[in-house]
Amino acid sequence: MKILTKLFLIFIFVFSNAGFANEHLTLDKAPIDLNDQASLQRGAKTFINYCLNCHSANYMRYNRLKDIGLSDNLIKENLLFTAEKVGEPMKIAMTKKDAKAWFGANPPDLSVEVRARGSDWIYSYLRGYYRDSSRPTGWNNTVFDKTAMPHILWKLQGDQKLNEEHHTLELVKPGTLSVKEYDALVGDLVNYLTFMSEPSKIKRLHMGYYVLLFLGLLLVLTIKLKKEFWKDIK
Amino acid sequence: MKTEIKTKKSKGGLMAWVDERFPLSSLITNHLTEYYAPKNFNFWYFFGSLAMLVLVLQLVTGIFLTMHYKPDAELAFGSVEYIMRDVSFGWLIRYMHSTGASMFFVVVYLHMFRGLIYGSYKNPRELLWLFGVAIFLCLMGEAFFGYLLPWGQMSYWGAQVIVNLFSAIPFVGPDLSEWLRGDYLVSDATLNRFFAFHVIALPLALCGLVFVHLVALHEVGSNNPDGVEIKKNLDKKTSIPLDGIPFHPYYTVKDLVGVSVFLIVFALIIFYLPEMGGYFLEANNFIPADPLKTPAHIAPVWYFTPYYSILRAVPPVLNSQFPGVAAMGLSVLAFAFLPWLDKSKVRSIRYKGNLFKRWIALFVVSFFVLGYLGTVPSNVWGQFSNSIPVIGGVDKATVVARIFTITYFLFFALMPYYSKKDKTKPVPTRVSY
Repeated sequence: MKILTKLFLIFIFVFSNAGFANEHLTLDKAPIDLNDQASLQRGAKTFINYCLNCHSANYMRYNRLKDIGLSDNLIKENLLFTAEKVGEPMKIAMTKKDAKAWFGANPPDLSVEVRARGSDWIYSYLRGYYRDSSRPTGWNNTVFDKTAMPHILWKLQGDQKLNEEHHTLELVKPGTLSVKEYDALVGDLVNYLTFMSEPSKIKRLHMGYYVLLFLGLLLVLTIKLKKEFWKDIK
Repeated sequence: MKTEIKTKKSKGGLMAWVDERFPLSSLITNHLTEYYAPKNFNFWYFFGSLAMLVLVLQLVTGIFLTMHYKPDAELAFGSVEYIMRDVSFGWLIRYMHSTGASMFFVVVYLHMFRGLIYGSYKNPRELLWLFGVAIFLCLMGEAFFGYLLPWGQMSYWGAQVIVNLFSAIPFVGPDLSEWLRGDYLVSDATLNRFFAFHVIALPLALCGLVFVHLVALHEVGSNNPDGVEIKKNLDKKTSIPLDGIPFHPYYTVKDLVGVSVFLIVFALIIFYLPEMGGYFLEANNFIPADPLKTPAHIAPVWYFTPYYSILRAVPPVLNSQFPGVAAMGLSVLAFAFLPWLDKSKVRSIRYKGNLFKRWIALFVVSFFVLGYLGTVPSNVWGQFSNSIPVIGGVDKATVVARIFTITYFLFFALMPYYSKKDKTKPVPTRVSY
């Protein structure tokens, strides 16, 4: 039992500062618009092509993409790589054990990642990679220091270098996309991740108006009722 | 009202058939249509009925959540996401339940504050107040057990911290906390028993306590903002309190206004701010529980933070955290002693003197400051400079928490003195309306 406790404390010590070290970092605002279906669809495409190999989205079913204007057929023909049927969730083939051995950390499931980290964090993170030869992957990140994830989108963004003095990033080798195009791609991706973290949100925001309208009318009615009954109390 | 119990019976039809077998008509008469409540209730008197409403909402939404939730360490987190995504209107039921938990404490705190300012705990309402304190304790347990169920990081580590508090109790502590968890650390066994407590044990106890709370209320009758006993001024002919009005229809229709306003606030949160900026649903709780990764900052949900602050503020004695744990327990239990601590001749704050008003104001400030400090790490304001004697190098927030912990307890501890010394105003014989 004592050994267990010690091990436990060591783990706490090692991991407590790993993920949430840069709390006072200024993050860039992610361009979130859940009504922009074209953006959400582009984001879904990027997500499925680039992220959904190492990261799963176990709680997201493919056919939920119908909420952002895609049809079963479109999903089946263009996006269904890791499952047989559109009703299945977005799982991946990589096992947790392999992931741990290959990357040193388990890539988190991304179903609700936006709700844990915030969209601005992910938007800044995916644009914050720079070359760092001291890291095993060759990459480091301004938002998440010593991140275990390599820069998956590097061909698109190109190579950034950290200006140690000003703590700013400079593009030293352009990628296939311009800076503006890359930012837009990441923006769409984060927009999609935001949708995926709570697919019912679109419905929720819409439904709220009707519920509040009803309750507003109920309030008027109950106030009138109360006044009517109470007018003889002196 | 403590009048003679009326046995009223219907003359014919279905109602008469029922009345022969069950006192339905007399129940309605004695507890609604001829139950007299003071006519001068104000804003503060909405929160009792609202607490009942939230209790019902929690029970009903809870039943539906239980149909889809899986109390299993492997499946719990996923089953909550399943409710949020695949169960039709599951997201609405879940948000009603998670928002309802916080709103329960909002209305109960306001309900308790009402009792505090109008002296509703004083003779003859001591038992009514004690049942209320028991409901509050039960509610805290219910909230604590329920918070583990989503099995996120904050669920897990919050439960870990709270259960570990018991290990600070001398001699039996470590064994006790292990017995509570059913394991060496919070695990599947813990989740299963917390689920049992959350969905069966405590709701049953809560309903029972609410029932006796109401029985006691209807025995002694409601207090009111003037603290005047309406039963002392009866109509000579009918012996109905002159300042009383039948609960139904007057207060049923008035409470409906309160319900409408409450539901608007409730709906605004559910539909537009379900996380309430991290106060109702914390970001960390969207990461599945991981026994190997401690979050950098563990804080309970907002309704526990004043007591959590007190726990952190009390320094360990002889390397034992027990004094802090004891202080935290006492900070909650202190409310139970109010009927005997308040020596004032009057009930309501309207006729109490400035001394009492100042202490109540100080208590409210302490409660809010401690509540805020409990949500942030204790180094939030940095440390005092080392050149200052005594407090040099100590976290500023810790020193502030210590000061307000002292004022929090002084409010209770000194009450017998200042409530006696306080210059009260004369109380009118009739309520002001």
